[in-house]
Amino acid sequence: MHTWTLLLVLLAVMALAYQAGRKRAITSAGGAGRINTLHSLPAYYGFYAALWAGIPALLLLALWTGVQDQVITQLVSADLPPAVAAGLSPGELGLMLNDVKNLAAGSIVSGEVTPTIQAAADQYGRLQGLARWAQWLLVLAVALGGLALALGQTRPGLRARNRVESIVLAVMILCSSIAILTTLGIILSVAFESFQFFTKVHPAEFFLGTLWSPQTAMRTDQVAAAGAFGAVPLFTGTLLVSFIAMAVAVPIGLMAAIYLSEYAPRGVRSTAKPLLEILAGIPTVVYGFFAALTLAPMIRTVGESLGLAVASESALAAGLVMGIMIIPFVSSLSDDVINAVPQAMRDGSYALGATKSETIRRVVIPAALPGIVGGILLAVSRAIGETMIVVMAAGLAANLTANPLASVTTVTVQIVTLLTGDQEFDSAKTLAAFALGLTLFLVTLVLNVIALHIVRKYREQYE
Amino acid sequence: MNNPIPPRASSPALPPDGKAPRRTIDIVNASLKRRYAREARFRFMGAAAVTLGLLFVAVLFADIASKGYTAFQQTYIQVPVYFDPAILEPTGTPDPQTLAGADYLALVKASVRKLFPDLTERRELRELYALVSAGAPQQLESMVIAHPSVIGTTRDLWLIAGADVDMLMKGHLDRAMPEADRRIKDGTIALIDRLAADGRIEKRFNTGFFTNGTSREPELAGIAGALAGTFYTLVLTLLFSFPLGVGAALYLQEFAPKNRWTDLIEVNINNLAAVPSIVFGLLGLAVFINFFGVPRSTPLVAALVLGLMTLPVIIIASRAALQSVPPSIREAALGVGASPLQTQFHHVLPLAMPGIMTGAIIGMARALGESAPLLMIGMIAFIVDVPQGFTDAATVLPVQIYLWADSPERGFVERTSAAILVLLGFLVLMNLAAVLLRRRFERRW
Repeated sequence: MHTWTLLLVLLAVMALAYQAGRKRAITSAGGAGRINTLHSLPAYYGFYAALWAGIPALLLLALWTGVQDQVITQLVSADLPPAVAAGLSPGELGLMLNDVKNLAAGSIVSGEVTPTIQAAADQYGRLQGLARWAQWLLVLAVALGGLALALGQTRPGLRARNRVESIVLAVMILCSSIAILTTLGIILSVAFESFQFFTKVHPAEFFLGTLWSPQTAMRTDQVAAAGAFGAVPLFTGTLLVSFIAMAVAVPIGLMAAIYLSEYAPRGVRSTAKPLLEILAGIPTVVYGFFAALTLAPMIRTVGESLGLAVASESALAAGLVMGIMIIPFVSSLSDDVINAVPQAMRDGSYALGATKSETIRRVVIPAALPGIVGGILLAVSRAIGETMIVVMAAGLAANLTANPLASVTTVTVQIVTLLTGDQEFDSAKTLAAFALGLTLFLVTLVLNVIALHIVRKYREQYE
Repeated sequence: MNNPIPPRASSPALPPDGKAPRRTIDIVNASLKRRYAREARFRFMGAAAVTLGLLFVAVLFADIASKGYTAFQQTYIQVPVYFDPAILEPTGTPDPQTLAGADYLALVKASVRKLFPDLTERRELRELYALVSAGAPQQLESMVIAHPSVIGTTRDLWLIAGADVDMLMKGHLDRAMPEADRRIKDGTIALIDRLAADGRIEKRFNTGFFTNGTSREPELAGIAGALAGTFYTLVLTLLFSFPLGVGAALYLQEFAPKNRWTDLIEVNINNLAAVPSIVFGLLGLAVFINFFGVPRSTPLVAALVLGLMTLPVIIIASRAALQSVPPSIREAALGVGASPLQTQFHHVLPLAMPGIMTGAIIGMARALGESAPLLMIGMIAFIVDVPQGFTDAATVLPVQIYLWADSPERGFVERTSAAILVLLGFLVLMNLAAVLLRRRFERRW
């Protein structure tokens, strides 16, 4: 909490620095009447001072908040009596340090409180209090130091505007690099854990094995001690659900786009299009609820009345609802590309005597095909990565089947299941989630890059 | 229509032997009927697709609304409660410590029994006690602690009814079912009917749904905790992603040189917008929680993840808005001596702001409905308390919906649907705000 207070105080210091810098510039110019001798407007001297007061202090604060806990933990564990620390494995040491922290924070402790732990907790609390004071002092000192530096530099010849602007530009460049950093972060985090996973489980087993039963044994002699990490059933399950979804979304979405852009009167178009797009704005958890509680029981009843065996969590229910979700995605992308086809092409077709539907089928669709394919690929990547619907409506059983009435599981379902239970970051079970995540990321990445490339090429073609 | 239909009358009769080569116009005429039928079919299919799509919207909303509207009411039972000093102050001193530790369950049981003095059997009594919710003692306790003067008096109080009673009153449990298959037995139904005849049981507006945190008991569960968590998360998400997004968009659209690096950034942003949300959850788990040590389950870490997710949306919308500001504005500003940055901040950015805000609201609406990445970073913990800050353990509304949807109790179905209605309400409001903003401030140049 006190970090937030410090942040607020720092903001106040920056506001004061702005005022001080501005005043200083005006006095150095010789009063408000002579500010035309300043290089920049007085406000820029204020910004200059505020930036000097704020940026170094903020960086220090961020760094400090990042490392404080680790440093204190290091200090406390180094000070543990050697007799106690020597007998502990790294895991037990971590548990004990956790107890120390909990005791220092005044919350519940798992084990009994020995004098050693009590002493360590006291030391932990003392160090924390010390660190808090040191942090306040140092951060404020840096802020005031920066302010003093900026004020010292303030004289009429200082090119304050140029300096402020170059800082702002640098910050903007930093902002745009966040996108790269995010991608890098995704790749690094997922790849690192996946690499660890592949040292435990051979990639060939993962990508080609047909048995999925992720568990790590507590004892070596227990039943089913060796977990099986063959991900093929997950891939086929994902494909099955996505295929059902696309079978719903592509015909309906495409026909809706054609009707709305070629046939519908203006009034119908302007009401039906936003209404259809509501489907894209509904949270996926709502679709999941609908699939699990309304559609799945319905499919089951209908199936049983026809004498079919339907699993209560069938791939069909999840796929159908996912298809409904994707309809607006397909239709609005197709709508865009159909509208981009030049009117001259339609007119040429009409002039040859073609009917409207013939024109659409023989001229407009072929001309728009690359764009439509691109849109469909994006929709496929969306379907593969969709999580909540399948988590709620598809099952956990990794069946290798193409029967839409059976229960299948998907890559995303397994990631969620593996990571929402207890986690240990060295067990193959947890790491498997990251290997699945890597696969998912790469597949959708390839699909997206191809799709975006096609769509972009297509737009250029008619511009 | 603009179909050039050839005039039929111009075709002369065929030669008597019928062997002469047919003229094109005849072939066309012969096929016309089929072609028009096909045209009509195609058109019908298009209309059917649109209708089907709209039907899905209608069915979805109707299904959820019909399941959820009952949750805005809650069944209460009127019970005359005698605040017995013998139970509340066994030691005879009304200090807060004794009051907090008193046996309120006994108080509830004694009061309910007085309604039906004729019941004596154990089974009957058990059914009787199950009429009121497990939250009723809590209800009495907070009343006594707030007003100790009630001790020794008798008050007619409306106590929360148990989940099964609530379900029966709302018609979710079928009285016609055979007793063995029914959750609620004949004895209880008889009691409820007697209460109803006395006017001692009724449905009232369910304020608890909006003021309680979650609970294992459906009749006590509310969305206050999830709403607070959502609020903190969204505020932080906006604080992270808005400045970063606008800064990035300004640079990329107005300042960036065209080179490989900016090309790479551009491809990256477009691609990030299409990365599955669950992958961002993995990023949050591995980088923010395990590497940087941000506390789990908090609005802070949720906002970091959602901020990164909404960043591409805001960047793309902001760039479009900046692009729509005509170059003449920039040229005029530069012409009177403004620096490039002054041009942007004093003229271009204010003019693009409505578009940027619209993009930000749409991005926030998406963040509001997102749940998959939050499952990865521990937002699914069962948290009863309403979070008080950015670093308290919390959950958000969509995740709360997911958790309730998983609960087997019948009472949670209506709660889940009602929570969905609240969530959809917020989404509608946000989208409406975006549309209004666009209508009000959009300028055609």
